[in-house]
Amino acid sequence: MNGEAMLTSKRTGERLVLTAAGAWTAVHAHDLEPLVEAQAQSSQPVRAVDIDIAGVKRLDTFGAWLIERLARAWIERGCDTKIVGLPEDYRGLMQEIHAVNLKPPPSPVEESRIIKGLDAIGRTIVGIGRATVLIVQMLGAVSAAAGRAIAHPARFRLTSLVAHVDRVGWHGVPIMLLVTFLIGAILAQQGIFHFRKFGADIFVIDMIGILVLREVGVLIVCVMVAGRSGSAYTAELGSMKMREEIDALRTMGFDPIEVLILPRIVALIISVPILTFLGSMSALYGGGLVAWFYGGIDPDVFLSRLREAISLDTFAVGMIKAPIMALIIGIVASVEGMEVRGSAESLGAHTTASVVISIFLVIVLDGFFAIFFASIGM
Amino acid sequence: MAKRTEEAVIRVRDLSVGFRDKLVLDHLDLDVYRGEVLGFVGGSGSGKSVLMRTIIGLLPKRSGKVEVFGIDVDAISEEELQAIERRWGILFQHGALYSSLTVRQNIQFPIREFLDVSERLLDEMAVAKLEMVGLAADVQQKYPAELSGGMTKRVALARALALDPEIVFLDEPTSGLDPIGAGEFDELIKTLQRTLGLTVFMVTHDLDSLHAVCDRIAVIADGKVILAGPMSVMLASEHPWLKAYFRGKRSRIVAG
Repeated sequence: MNGEAMLTSKRTGERLVLTAAGAWTAVHAHDLEPLVEAQAQSSQPVRAVDIDIAGVKRLDTFGAWLIERLARAWIERGCDTKIVGLPEDYRGLMQEIHAVNLKPPPSPVEESRIIKGLDAIGRTIVGIGRATVLIVQMLGAVSAAAGRAIAHPARFRLTSLVAHVDRVGWHGVPIMLLVTFLIGAILAQQGIFHFRKFGADIFVIDMIGILVLREVGVLIVCVMVAGRSGSAYTAELGSMKMREEIDALRTMGFDPIEVLILPRIVALIISVPILTFLGSMSALYGGGLVAWFYGGIDPDVFLSRLREAISLDTFAVGMIKAPIMALIIGIVASVEGMEVRGSAESLGAHTTASVVISIFLVIVLDGFFAIFFASIGM
Repeated sequence: MAKRTEEAVIRVRDLSVGFRDKLVLDHLDLDVYRGEVLGFVGGSGSGKSVLMRTIIGLLPKRSGKVEVFGIDVDAISEEELQAIERRWGILFQHGALYSSLTVRQNIQFPIREFLDVSERLLDEMAVAKLEMVGLAADVQQKYPAELSGGMTKRVALARALALDPEIVFLDEPTSGLDPIGAGEFDELIKTLQRTLGLTVFMVTHDLDSLHAVCDRIAVIADGKVILAGPMSVMLASEHPWLKAYFRGKRSRIVAG
């Protein structure tokens, strides 16, 4: 015998003898299963079946189960089925296997596509509703915590705040400056290239000034902060949730909102306006440089034109939006972080959701601000 | 099927493992024989888990040799190593179940990757393994986060046994279980070891486990195996740490 797994059959009258031989192990399961199925399905008119496994050299749970499956198939058809020649070594294993898989597997519930589709839509809508409620709840909880912190300033976690401002603000400065510089430069280059056709290159300065200070500066910074710090907040809170650190805080009488979330959100509210200011300046600088070297507009001309084009309102519009955007990013990041459940996949899904939802809300909110400021004439 | 032969399935020779300037395992020798349950004990931080993780290839060694099934694991190709890795199963201390997969998917994962078998057989084997570790079939739809500590250990054991390994490594299998659950788990290990003919390498602190299931015990101290042998040898030893461990206050009920 060469160790190959085999199953042969021999019929004498109403008695069928199935002889198994070789190594009935996991690695041979692929070859054995069709053999077993063929014998289990075969329609030989017999009353008694002997499964002779004396020739089996090695047996593991895969092989034992296949033999058991074969035996059960014949028993189901009312045949007198016996397993013979069981080596003493494998008696325990066969007994163990004889006791498993006795319950029929639950038949999978087939749902129609329409119901599945409707189900998905329903779940999404309920999900959106739930997310809205959670965001409003978090906003309330953070406001309450802020109120308590104002009433008892000693309870506010200043150290934590400083650490977070360092992380989201100070450490974010270089990348914010770089990105906004590039955006300013690109806006200027595109503006000059197209406006030149009408001989209106000089109006590029108006465009850059208004666009950067009102919209682009704050939007770019918010998108970057959502990706850089919002995601970090969600991942931190989420993994603390998974490791029961948040439960530990609660049981020691601390409010996780007060200890973990409030300092993070306040750090964002402090950092984002500063980053917006620096980013806007950087974008104007980038625009100015391109206007000078690419458009041939002298810095003096650029500055005096800029002074005419923009007012304090233009600057104020951008800066007023910044802390509110920061609040939105912080709230969404915290909500998603606290919603993380046990699995690694859930952490990933909520971190993604945190970034996507906060960028979406920032842009939607920016639209409302545009309408609001237009109607109050700013 | 638990015929004990004096064939060493794991042979560790002159093994040194360290981190930075600290030597955790200092020229350590150890044999694990086919078909035995070896309990591996030692103080906290003495390098029990380090040895286990070095044998299964998770930690690099400074010097020395590890032979599994008589093959030096450093001298073989990636494919040959993979073939050896299929012949052992590991129960990590905290289960290490894949949190994004259901219990059934966790057990089927190694089978699906290494063996080309039908979906029907996959499903049947998942249930078979679950029932063999003493769980009901309806656990299979659950996610690891929904399981209790004892269930997590059992599912992790079912996954470790998925490919019918010859060696099973258990890292503190009964830690975190209540005494009844731990006793049942010991019983389960013993039963499975007998029916499947396993060789078991068990890192443990549980004196009850050591008494109930281990054929032999190896003790590590100062980076070396200071004593290896059955329980009677442990109890007879006059080494101060062993005396404190096996004949201390906490051991009197079991030992006495």
